[in-house]
Amino acid sequence: MKKLLCSGLAAVLVLLAPVARAQSEDEIRKKVIEDLKPWLEQEVQRRVKDALAGTQTSAPPPAPGTAATPPPVSPSSSTWSLTNPIRLASAGPAYLNLSLVADAVVGGSTESDVESLQGAHHDPNQRGFSVTAAEVVLDGAVDPYFKGLAALTWVLEPSGETAVELEEAWMQTTSLPWNLQARGGLFYADFGRQNSQHPHSWSFVDQAVVLRRFFGADGLRNPGARLSWLAPTPWYTELTLGVFNGSGEAAFSYRGEGTTDIAGGIPAERGLNSMSDLLYVPRLATSFNLTDHQTLLLGASAAFGPNDSGPGANTQIYGLDAYWKWQPERAQRGFPFVSWQTEVLWRRYEAAARIDAADLVTAYPAETLRDWGLYSQVLWGFRPGWIAGLRGEFATGNDRSFASDLRTDRVRVSPNLTFLPTEFSKIRLQYNYDHREQIGDDHTVWLQFEFALGAHAAHKF
Amino acid sequence: MKQMLTIALLLAGSLSAHAKLNVVATLPDLASMARDIGGDKVTVTCLGKPGEDPHYIQPKPSYIVALNKADVLIENGLELEIGWLPALLDQTRNGKIRPGGPGRVVASAGVPVLDLPTGPVDRSQGDVHPGGNPHFLLDPDCGKIVAKTIAAGLKQAAPGDAAAFDDGLAKLLARIESAQAEAGKLLAPFRGAKVVTYHKSFPYFVERYGLVVVGTVEPKPGIPPSPSHLAALGDRMQADGVKVILQEQWHETRTPAVVAKKSGATVVVLPTQTGGDPAATDYPATIKLLAEKVAVALK
Repeated sequence: MKKLLCSGLAAVLVLLAPVARAQSEDEIRKKVIEDLKPWLEQEVQRRVKDALAGTQTSAPPPAPGTAATPPPVSPSSSTWSLTNPIRLASAGPAYLNLSLVADAVVGGSTESDVESLQGAHHDPNQRGFSVTAAEVVLDGAVDPYFKGLAALTWVLEPSGETAVELEEAWMQTTSLPWNLQARGGLFYADFGRQNSQHPHSWSFVDQAVVLRRFFGADGLRNPGARLSWLAPTPWYTELTLGVFNGSGEAAFSYRGEGTTDIAGGIPAERGLNSMSDLLYVPRLATSFNLTDHQTLLLGASAAFGPNDSGPGANTQIYGLDAYWKWQPERAQRGFPFVSWQTEVLWRRYEAAARIDAADLVTAYPAETLRDWGLYSQVLWGFRPGWIAGLRGEFATGNDRSFASDLRTDRVRVSPNLTFLPTEFSKIRLQYNYDHREQIGDDHTVWLQFEFALGAHAAHKF
Repeated sequence: MKQMLTIALLLAGSLSAHAKLNVVATLPDLASMARDIGGDKVTVTCLGKPGEDPHYIQPKPSYIVALNKADVLIENGLELEIGWLPALLDQTRNGKIRPGGPGRVVASAGVPVLDLPTGPVDRSQGDVHPGGNPHFLLDPDCGKIVAKTIAAGLKQAAPGDAAAFDDGLAKLLARIESAQAEAGKLLAPFRGAKVVTYHKSFPYFVERYGLVVVGTVEPKPGIPPSPSHLAALGDRMQADGVKVILQEQWHETRTPAVVAKKSGATVVVLPTQTGGDPAATDYPATIKLLAEKVAVALK
């Protein structure tokens, strides 16, 4: 009986609930209308007054000859006209964001063969003027499921020829389940921090020495696919696995014909015969806010794949990276700030028994080449638009039968000063002190100019 | 039997006490409104800080985590967040808050936009927002429209709590209304007063209260002042008897101070967003405080 009473009571309560809710809804509606009444009355009066005055929005009392702001335009007026072309490069009503970034550098060096100092494709490559890159980026939402991006770059070679390269072309999912994101196409591998950044995002005129040595002139960039997972931790943790073909110029330490420069031998034909011939690039990144104004981003990366020194030979590259930034809450245009970025990389390169590519006679035994290197840079945005930077670098390799100038000890110290008149233009002055083992000291000065047109690319941390 | 009933009741209880709606707002004013409207039905995370320039918010990786868990994202719109929000959204893997998603609330929708460019726009004009001036939250009338937009967004995300959101909205509108009335009273004696602003952030504010902007410290939006522009501005201020330079908390005060000294004006750094001052506890309080500060400066 008691049970019955209990359930009966519960049933009554359940039945009553909607009634009570309906009552309270009515009350709320009444209250809303009452609350809105004075505002509505005022608004109606204002609109009538405005209509009589012939304007749609109330204007401040006219002060003859001093109206500095143009009269407000109502959004109902047509936003398209013959004099207002359709905007392609915007995040507004557009199917495509289009942008162009161009970089030119002028300067000189005590080393006449500038390319031996500045080996990366987007580094200044000769004394005097260089056009290091003109990059066109197209991106946008493909459909509700994918985002797409293509980056095309033109570089003026010292010979005067224009080299065109397809830098990136990929599509990426927008909302896969389980916090996954997949990407496929041609893109920079997520190894460390700087490898996946385009040259105009770099804080220095040139590519870091260790990245040039390990990843070649174009960085580690290949056709492939990537799956990344945002871990359900309260702080940011992302796990990424990239799988690439691992061939071509932009897979330098792998099946990318880098073996002549690294180990001296003739590149061996190593086709893609099994899954183990692919290049695998795992990465783990995590970030913490140390305080409200300091953020730390840490990463560990690796890249495993076969190299073309000979059959059965593989390369392993490991890297650790750290990025720390301080910026106060009240910052104008993001200034002041201080940031510190460091990457350390190790490479283990299994060189197979090989014949010297130059004289075709000298034979080198199978051996393991071990290299490591690091760069560390500090930037100080000391007033709006002005950044002072200092970068220190070191790279070295163990002594082996072939003496590669990409494996000797090298120290480089680069102070620079960057001025950003706006977000879309940049002027940068940089000095490089270079010390190369057995070659000696070199001094280089570069002045870089950069401009950006088109869509406003959002900044990443 | 009794046990089964208890279990059933417990189950029913756990089903009805559903999780709170996870709301992320880009700006403190939007977060404040979402808190007032959502009450205990929502948890609100704000990305921008009160003194942080909304054009240049740092896209910290922790924001990716916040956005990943969001049911609703409230943004200002009119490209105010274009420099940092899109890059974060690309990494969030959250379909609900993507452009056009069910949880995406754009505060600018329905606001009567000022400074809508009439001719072609390019960057020689500075950082002009092609969709119009995005600083509409300084006008309480626009604030009321935004509050309704936010309430509609919350209701769409959690239809079951619609009544609570309506209630919250009604209370918030009433509070904005009374703050606006007080602000109007405070500034009524100064209708027609001429002011200079640092950035072109105050057109909605001056329009609402009948002030007149005769110049800006920035020659064009986002462009740093040149000495010749400052000299001309100083002359203009002297000629027009301008008493104040109004600016937001993230702009430097050195240049305005030089101009102000020349013409005998004062630089007024305003807490333009909720939380920018201990008294700016929420959006209505911020509206009132702004008027108080400007009225004091204009006296």
